[in-house]
Amino acid sequence: MLLSVEYMHIPDGFLSIFVSFVAWIISIAMVAYAIHRVGKELGERQVPMMGVLAAAIFAGQMLNFAVAGGTSGHLMGSALAAILMGPWAAILIMTSVVSIQALIFQDGGLIVLGANIFNMAVLGVAVAYMVYRSGLKILGNTRRGILVSGFSAAWISIFIAALSVGLQLALSGTSPVRLAIPAMAGVHALIGIGEGLITVGALVFLMSVRPGVIHSGEPRMAGDRFVMIVGFVLAVLLVIAAPLASTKPDGLEWVAMQGGFISQAGEPLYQIIPDYLLPGVANESIATIAAGLLGVVIMLGLAFGFVYSRRMRHISGR
Amino acid sequence: MHIHYLDPYKAGESVVHWTDARVKLVLGLGFIVVASFVPVGAWALYFLLFVIVFALEITSDVGVGYYLKRSSIALPFILAALPLLFTIPGPDLFGFTIGTWELSVRVAGVERFISIALKSWISIQIAILITATTPFPEILTAMRSLKVPRLLVAVFGLMWRYLFVFADETIRLLRARAARSGATGNQDLRTGGDLIWRAKTTGGLAGNLFIRSLDRGERIYLAMLSRGYDGEIRSLPHPRLGTMGWIVLVFGVVLLGLVFFLSVLASS
Repeated sequence: MLLSVEYMHIPDGFLSIFVSFVAWIISIAMVAYAIHRVGKELGERQVPMMGVLAAAIFAGQMLNFAVAGGTSGHLMGSALAAILMGPWAAILIMTSVVSIQALIFQDGGLIVLGANIFNMAVLGVAVAYMVYRSGLKILGNTRRGILVSGFSAAWISIFIAALSVGLQLALSGTSPVRLAIPAMAGVHALIGIGEGLITVGALVFLMSVRPGVIHSGEPRMAGDRFVMIVGFVLAVLLVIAAPLASTKPDGLEWVAMQGGFISQAGEPLYQIIPDYLLPGVANESIATIAAGLLGVVIMLGLAFGFVYSRRMRHISGR
Repeated sequence: MHIHYLDPYKAGESVVHWTDARVKLVLGLGFIVVASFVPVGAWALYFLLFVIVFALEITSDVGVGYYLKRSSIALPFILAALPLLFTIPGPDLFGFTIGTWELSVRVAGVERFISIALKSWISIQIAILITATTPFPEILTAMRSLKVPRLLVAVFGLMWRYLFVFADETIRLLRARAARSGATGNQDLRTGGDLIWRAKTTGGLAGNLFIRSLDRGERIYLAMLSRGYDGEIRSLPHPRLGTMGWIVLVFGVVLLGLVFFLSVLASS
């Protein structure tokens, strides 16, 4: 949180309007359904429970341990929340965490918040849940099964979310495809190990202190299978798409170009404004001059306003 | 030690503080949207955006240094855009070699990189400005009147209230861990366990925190029940926007519209 080394919280300015918009749509739909489902399960407990658990995950992200050379591993929490609380509650909890981080601490931008929610709260949770549940099915509901599945779920939640961040950056044209995706994948394959180890540590502790908690995230309704399918499809898509995109970047760069055009208000707007608003003067120079003038006016207005309010305060004796 | 220093709100009496939270939130989001439409290399517009932010920062009376310090949080992310310097096709600015690598920095790449950096730096300052001049409960009220689902806002509010409690709890856990972990300057003496052991211990703290939060959530729920909570979140109706609020809103929208128009102009 305060000293995050991982590249998960995208700031404003790094994603095109087009990518941010699409991510918002998906996130809003998922969060709305999650609110509905958690409300059904927890009833009036929903607000206090989700709020407190979100606060705990937020604080839990301060926990760190020394790795080597001054770097440290720490927790993101998507996987732990998914394992312990089930997918829908986890989506709500992580959405709250990511939103508060952006709203109050500027850890991640506001317009790109939809994308950050998608990566950490939707994708991270769905994939972690899918891997954890499938792991339990294959390895059995034993201590070993729980720990191995927990580790894999935590690792993959970081890895897949990082792939998604890389893909979004590449689509927005803010980071070259050939570098963004392999770099994100490489760095987070390592960071994911830290996440996995902390998650396993938490599960070991909970198994000895309060074993009942481990099983409270089990699927209850048909919709939980749906999360697993979504998680599976998204994971497979990203794992296939990312290497493809970074070895054959032309396709993705084409999409980025299209997205870039859309983000710059689309073609039709260009036609509204003729090439020369003033005869003989290119529009770009008009924009430059107007921006300069506006800047000067604002600065002067501000200076006068500020001096005036100071004087008023002085007169009124405050 | 308490974690209250986390709260980024800086009390004050400035015009920015007085402005209605709804107006601030709408204009702030609008500003960031407009900023993302500014084309690469339109330096005059970046200057204009910066002047607007800077003017507001001075007016807010919080101290420009505070904004500069906090806005550095997004700095590391700029690394992600650094490769653009070399990969965008175009005429070379200058070239150099590292070992066997021959790198050439392109003009178009530099323009794009600086544009992204400026955009994100200006955007984050607007976000900092809002949180520095608006108490969080007011931001929550503003969110509710902007039609963010009530339930989500209630969860955010509760989370905010207990954030500091859990942050304090985490600090206590970490202090206890530090107290139990000896450290020595002597390199021959091994301190602490291996990496996996350290990670597992930290995981134990996370599990501990989880249990405490489950229990606390249950206690809070019971406390709410005994005070008449029935699952419905009630709040006072939103006060109407005053004249001053409308003036600021209209002025802000016109200004943003102008900037948007100029950025379309610059890209045509």
